[in-house]
Amino acid sequence: MFDDLRDLYQEVIFDHNRNPRNFRVMENADRQVEGFNPLCGDRLTLYLKMDGDRIADASFQGSGCAISTASVSLMTEIVKGKTEQEAEDLFTKFHEMTTGKDENFNLEAVGKLAVLAGVREYPARVKCATLAWHTLDAALKNEQKSISTE
Amino acid sequence: MTNFPVEKIRADFPILAELIRNKPLVYLDNAATCQKPQAVIDSIVNLYSHDYANVHRGVHTLSIRSTDKFEGARTKVKDFINAGHEKEIIFVRGATEAINLVAQSYGKANIKAGDEILITAMEHHSNIVPWQMLCEQTGAILKVAPINLQGELIYAEFEKLISDKTRLVSVVHMSNALGTINPVKKIVAAAHAKGIPVLLDGAQAIPHMAVDVQDLDCDFYVFSGHKLYAPSGIGVLYGKQALLEAMPPYQGGGDMIRKVTFEETEYNTLPYKFEAGTPSIADVVGLGAAIDYLNAIGMDKIAAYEAELLAYATEKARQIKGLRIIGEAEHKGAILSFVLDKIHPHDIGTMLDSLGIAIRAGHHCAMPVMDFFQVPATARASFAMYNTKEEIDVLMKGIESLIEVFG
Ligand SMILES: Cc1ncc(COP(=O)(O)O)c(C=O)c1O
Repeated sequence: MFDDLRDLYQEVIFDHNRNPRNFRVMENADRQVEGFNPLCGDRLTLYLKMDGDRIADASFQGSGCAISTASVSLMTEIVKGKTEQEAEDLFTKFHEMTTGKDENFNLEAVGKLAVLAGVREYPARVKCATLAWHTLDAALKNEQKSISTE
Repeated sequence: MTNFPVEKIRADFPILAELIRNKPLVYLDNAATCQKPQAVIDSIVNLYSHDYANVHRGVHTLSIRSTDKFEGARTKVKDFINAGHEKEIIFVRGATEAINLVAQSYGKANIKAGDEILITAMEHHSNIVPWQMLCEQTGAILKVAPINLQGELIYAEFEKLISDKTRLVSVVHMSNALGTINPVKKIVAAAHAKGIPVLLDGAQAIPHMAVDVQDLDCDFYVFSGHKLYAPSGIGVLYGKQALLEAMPPYQGGGDMIRKVTFEETEYNTLPYKFEAGTPSIADVVGLGAAIDYLNAIGMDKIAAYEAELLAYATEKARQIKGLRIIGEAEHKGAILSFVLDKIHPHDIGTMLDSLGIAIRAGHHCAMPVMDFFQVPATARASFAMYNTKEEIDVLMKGIESLIEVFG
């Protein structure tokens, strides 16, 4: 029935929505930032444990749509062990992918985050996918406050 | 359904024949804005094709024709809400501008530090923020009457909040987030017993029921044309003549003056005092055409038909496991707000869109209502006179299928 939506709602996304990874409060987190999308009310808290400039652990709490939950769940998995610079580079690529300005974007550059490429066809949903990354960006810049997509 | 000519009505709305994502459009976002019948579209085309010039300004033929059509629409609005006089009908951009006008004109002139303005917990942001701004400017205090879990105003609490300091009551006639229809006549009577004027936000009520401002006895009534099958960009402020006469102008400019020198300006009479600048002429004419169209069908018949639609949708929705209706007031207009277990309203909105079904997902400009029900957002199907039971079946089937997919 929802054939047109296969690119947007891939099975991996349903899976992460049903069983989000790293979905927990982190005791002794070094960074903790809240992300908020006022348009849809999505809200998440991102926790990071740092080891020098490396992300030793990442987790989150909050509630959002399937796209935003899958996006933050995948993000916490992929950034673990990365340096701050590597994570920021990934954010840049992710942003390029979801806004869809580059038609020849190489999906391999973002690894398993490629499952979120479908949002570029749905402008109303791009922010759902990028909220997690904007929140991470704020956490890495050590902005201990809440950020908003608006 | 009882003799309502819905198929004939549907044929009058060209957009209803559109395919959306290759499926017939099922348009259930009428509380956000509703679609336009050919008669409204034609009225605009005809004005620009044959009768258009600026209004109130020229002696030439076109200006006279244009002015006649424009003022004719004002009379139609007056009759539609049974106001006492055309002077009481002020054209504005919409409900939002009308409320801001009252806040900045009536409010600034009559409300001081320590005074109170009373609203309810189910207001649209447009009936909250203008009062907060006024409170900031004057030091007045905004009081909010609570609602219960059915989404109804707790009337006893509302009455208690009317105090010696209350200077204005501003209440939504029908809630856009919940569908609740407030007991506005009783509210007006209670406020008037203490000499307090009442503004009713009729943005949602106006397309769904016959409104009689003299019977309600409200002091101000506001609505937007675009929710009444008319163009966007036009709306109405109804105000009792005596109140409007005493109010200072809202904006200055052409049309709102009688005589200008650099020393002083004499303001024009009502309603022009509040209509500075060239108005949205074609949209006013379109509003008049929408009213003609609705009168030919009959507001009471529309209300009865939509009540059947809502009852049908509510019964079907209750049968869906995991669906919770937000807003179950006893007196309700044709709005079905709901949430699904573990499925975010935005996912519901995108999924239904792929089936050609347009609903709204979000906070509906009523964040305090969302907070009260402890949901980040809801999905909302809102019905109009052109919707059918078959469309409700398509919606319900879509909801059931997406629940399955999310599993
Ligand atoms: C109850 C209510 N009041 C006011 C408004 C504001 O109307 P507009 O945006 O047309 O000015 C709306 C529109 O959604 C509404 O539903």
